[in-house]
Formats: sequence, C-alpha cells, structure tokens
Amino acid sequence: MNRIDRAGMTRRELLARSVAAGGSLLVGASWVTGRSAAWALEVTALKPGTMATLVQMARDIYPHDRIPDDRYAVAVKGYDTADKAPAVEAGIAALDAAAQGQGHPSYLGARWEAERVAVLRGIEKGEFFRTIRAGLVTDLYNQKEIWPLFGYEGESFSHGGYIDRGFNDIAWL
Amino acid sequence: MAAPFSKTDDSVVVIIGTGAGGGTLANELAQKGISVVALEAGGRYLPEDYVNDEWASFAQLAWLDTRRSDGSFRLARDFAGLPSWIVKAVGGTTTHWAGASLRFQDHEWKALTNYGRVEGASLLDWPLDAAEMDPWYTLAEAKMGVTRTNGQPGLPGNTNFLVLEKGAKAVGYKEVHTGRMAINSIEYGGRQACQQTGFCFQGCKWGAKWSTAYTEIPLGEETGNLEVRERCHAARIEHDDKGRVTGVVYFDASGVEQRQAARIVCVAGNTIESPRLLLNSASSMFPDGLANSSGQVGRNYMRHVTGSVYSIFERPVRMWRGTTMAGIMQDEARHDPSRGFVGGYELETLSLGLPFMAAFLDPGAWGREFTSAIDGYENMAGMWIVGEDMPQETNRVTVDTAVVDQFGLPTPVVHYDDHPNDVAMRDHAYERGIAIHRAAGAVRSLPTPPYPSTHNIGTNRMSDNPRDGVVNRWGQTHDIPNLFVSDGSQFTTGAAENPTLTIVALAIRQADHIAREMGAGNL
Repeated sequence: MNRIDRAGMTRRELLARSVAAGGSLLVGASWVTGRSAAWALEVTALKPGTMATLVQMARDIYPHDRIPDDRYAVAVKGYDTADKAPAVEAGIAALDAAAQGQGHPSYLGARWEAERVAVLRGIEKGEFFRTIRAGLVTDLYNQKEIWPLFGYEGESFSHGGYIDRGFNDIAWL
Repeated sequence: MAAPFSKTDDSVVVIIGTGAGGGTLANELAQKGISVVALEAGGRYLPEDYVNDEWASFAQLAWLDTRRSDGSFRLARDFAGLPSWIVKAVGGTTTHWAGASLRFQDHEWKALTNYGRVEGASLLDWPLDAAEMDPWYTLAEAKMGVTRTNGQPGLPGNTNFLVLEKGAKAVGYKEVHTGRMAINSIEYGGRQACQQTGFCFQGCKWGAKWSTAYTEIPLGEETGNLEVRERCHAARIEHDDKGRVTGVVYFDASGVEQRQAARIVCVAGNTIESPRLLLNSASSMFPDGLANSSGQVGRNYMRHVTGSVYSIFERPVRMWRGTTMAGIMQDEARHDPSRGFVGGYELETLSLGLPFMAAFLDPGAWGREFTSAIDGYENMAGMWIVGEDMPQETNRVTVDTAVVDQFGLPTPVVHYDDHPNDVAMRDHAYERGIAIHRAAGAVRSLPTPPYPSTHNIGTNRMSDNPRDGVVNRWGQTHDIPNLFVSDGSQFTTGAAENPTLTIVALAIRQADHIAREMGAGNL
C-alpha cells in the first residue's frame, strides 16, 4: 500500500525518481535524494550535504522505521531558507565536529543509530538541537500522510462520526 | 437582531468574556429584560467553522497572547509561554471543553472544615454549601442537557470507556459510568445527539456539546437585550471618585481604543485574564488594582491536580473514536486522608490525536523509547486525572509591566508550585490508573505529565470575609458594589470536579441576584 500522498508538495521540492540502489542519502549539486530514490529534495540555501545530515538527524530524533525519509525531509525543509541557513549550517558543522570527537568521520559516517544518538545526547541541551526537536515534533507528526502508519484516522465528521462505524468496536477486550 | 447600545449608555451591564460564566450571565440577564453589552476578545466561530485537526484548530481558537509561567511545576519548563489551553472566541472555553458536568461533593464546599489546616495551603470554606447550590445546579443541568440528570440518558461508551470500565471493575471499583456530560445523548434544546465523532476539544461540529457560542449567546441576542461585541479586548475598568465603576475601556477589532459606559461591570475573562484586568485597572484611588484591598487579586491560582495515564495494549483500542471524555471512575473522588493526601480525584477517559499525543506525551523526549510508544498509538487507551489541588497564596497571577501585549498592556505571569499534597495525590492517581489499565490487559503504561491548563480557577476567591477574599457570596467584589466576578476565578477552592457546571450554576445564581438588586434600586 502506498500511503504517501504527495499533495501539498511542489514538484520543485519533491521529484519522483526511478528506483536506484539503497544505502545512505545521495547528495547532488543542489539536491538530496532518498535511499530508495523514490524522492528528491532540491535545496536552495542549504548545502545538500547539510540537508542530508539534517534529515538523518531528524530520523534519529524520532525514529520510526515505517516512515520514509521524504516525510522527515518535508518536516525539516522549512530550514532551507536564506535567513535560517547560516544557523543550520553552523549547527550541522558542530554536529559533525561532535561526531568526529567520538571517532566518527562525520555524523552521517557513524553507522549505528546508537552511535549517532550518543552524539546527539552530547548536544541535546544546546539551542540547535532543541530548536530542531521542537519544530520536528509538530512538523513530522502533523503530516496527514504518516497518520495511517499509526492507525490514526484523523477527522471523522465528513464520514458522519463513528456512531455507525465502530466507536465501541473492541471485541477482543 | 442584537440591540446596538450607545457607548455612552450608562444603563447597560457590561460583561467581559462570553464563556461559561460570561455567556451564561449575559443570556440570563437578557432574558430578564436587562440591557447587556458583552465584550469578547475573540471572533465568532460556529460548528461549521470548527476544524477537526488539532493544530489547525489550536491556531483558530486558542488564546495565544503573550503569557509567561514560572514556578516548580513541570509545565513551566515544557510550555513556559503557554500555561493554559483556553479559547479566545465567542463562547470562550465552552468551545473547547470536554463536557464533563459534575457537581461538587457536599464536603468540598467546606474544605478547611473537612480537611483541617494543611501546611502551606490557604484552604478556606466557601460561603456557599451544597443545599444552597442544589437548585442552581438543577437549573444549570437542565440548561446544558447534562446526561444522567433530569432524565437524560447516559452516552454510550466508546472503546476507551470500555477499557476503563473493564479495568476499574476488575480492581474493585464500583462507580464507573459514561459520565454526566453536557453532550446530548438524545436530541435536546434544538441540538442533535452526539455522533461519536471525537474532536470534542476542537469545537463540536454537530453542536451536540453545550457551548455558549450557539446556545446562550444567540438566545440572549434574540431578546434584543444583548449586544456581543466580538474582537474587543478589555484594557481597563474605570471608576468615579466615589469608587464605583463607570465603564470599560477596550480595543476594538481595528485596534482603536473605545469606552463603553456601564451601570454594572462583570468580569468573566477566565482565571488569568480576570485578575490581570483588575490589576491593570489600578488607579490613584486603587493603586494595587481594583477590588484588591485584601491583596488577594491574582492569588490562589489553581489548576487541578492533573496528569494522564496512557497505556498500550496488545490489540487496537482506537481511543480517538467517539466522545473524548464520556467515561469516569469516581471511587477515588472521596476525601480519605488514609491515602496520604486530603481531597480526592476523578479519573476520566481522555484521548489525543496523533499530533497532540506526540507533543504532550512526554514533552522534550526523543529517541526510541518515545517513538516506540508513539508506534503503539492505535493500541492506546487513555485517562485523565482531575483532582483537587491545594490553594496557595504564592501561586498567583501577576502582571509584568516590562512585557506588554499587542495593545501595550502589561502581560500576565502565572506562578505555580505543586504542593506536597498535589504531588502525593498525583502519584496515587498514576498508580491507580496504571493498575486499572493493567487489569484490562495493558502491556506498557505511560504516566504523562500535565498539559497546559484548561481548568484555571481561583484568582479572585470568594469569601464572606473581605480581608481574605475578593468577592462575596454573589461574586460581587467586596470593595466595589457594582463590580462583579462571574467566572471560575471566584472559586474559593477547586474541588475534584471539572469546573464548568459550577461556573454556570454560579452565573445563573448571580444573574438572579443582580436582577433582584437592580429591581430594588441597590445597584
């Protein structure tokens, strides 16, 4: 089942791609593409590598293995603006430096989630992490496209509520 | 239809706020032939306007003006700029409330007498009691169509209730039912029955839940005696040299300063805004703010002992389906100090949608422990703790003159420290809530901290003694006879029950008193 509804995203932001090999995020001159290459995000103000790291950071903060990368990308794409980019570039540079301090080539170069989480734990009190996390908790979970992955049905008014559609349906209890 | 009144007409009663207190009072006075101008800071939204989407609805309805909270309670850390979750709209927080309509228990009217002195708490007896309030409660229940009163059947139980019921009965609790709810279980008051849609907090799109927005307000307007001025933000109340209030200065929808003359002013702006308005109305005659000779304006801010227990089960619950709060377990509402605290608490069903669950489950948390809980969302059941918190003089609303709002008015600061009694009660309630869910088969429980407060009470407390209270038994300020408080801020103590029914009962009673005193020439 394809649960991803691309409505609301512009072509420029999200371009469908044909299948390519898995692995980590692929980075081009001005774009980031997912491991399944089912999506790509064009960046304008941030460096593509910065956006790729930011997407991985977002997944490591709120890891849901059933949520595809593009939903994390959508959640952080608001940082790709001229006014926000400098702080994000600085934040990601500091994140990479912290990763290097723990013996990794970069944040993305830390292969285990636990290794990256250890890096994040070191910066979680800082302004950059707190800003990213606070924005993400809204901008990730407020995407209707991911709600079906959690079983959440959203509004029911347009269907007449649940009075005839299982408001008390819990036969297993 | 609504009579437009002249701004210089000093025969009108001016009510500030149109929620449970102000909206009810406005209609009750209008029905008695009294001219009323109601100033409402928010706009007018009706069921067709409500949005069943949590963040979009929050943006539409929530009171988001600048506020700050501090103190040792966790909310001050998690949501420092959002101490409360209340509504800025015609109808006030009756748009958002869940509908639970419980009378105070008899002993709760006399908390000081029945609990005794509690160190650090400013417990006080209400000057009212259950017998005096009984007829007003009956009128309120009839007005609101409360289930399990006046022959109204209870609501049917949704999945979340059935989990609560099974678990509660399994651990030996007896008083478990779908609540006394101001949500129609059958067609009533020209409004249809609940369709089990969920999203009770976002405004009922069926109009099945009582809200002054589409009951009291239009009924009052139909009389020709009520004019509601929406998007009008009260700035200060003015008085004459005899110390009687004469009018209200406000900013209209265009941000232009206006003044409405008044014979009587009733403040019903909710428990943060009401004391703020009195404090911001300070003058040379009343340098500490209006009605504040006792120094009690803003003090004894209460918000109930709250918290939630969400639990994950092996199979789907889908708690978001159906009426959000139609489920209650009342056995722990009694006063029984053998539990290690005074007062009691109710456990009520509650659910949040996925976006709010993520925001409120454990604010600030991240990583696999958090996301694995969210992954269990479909299999979650939830309940909310609502218990009596201790009034404390130092828990208070003050104004910060250094931080002003969009009108240049000093903004409110809400200070709150949990009392040890509050902490003991919350711990007990978490333990019992978890036991209930476990007994129904829960595999993992999540004791969730308090949300921004929807129950805000007590900052203009009622007392017969003008030295320790702001208002008398009628909600009339001790200092200024033609100034009343008509919302939950007049609560002396908080009791364990959701406050709206009591606010409405007090407003009906206050309207009766004001009309009688006006008729007698005393006001």
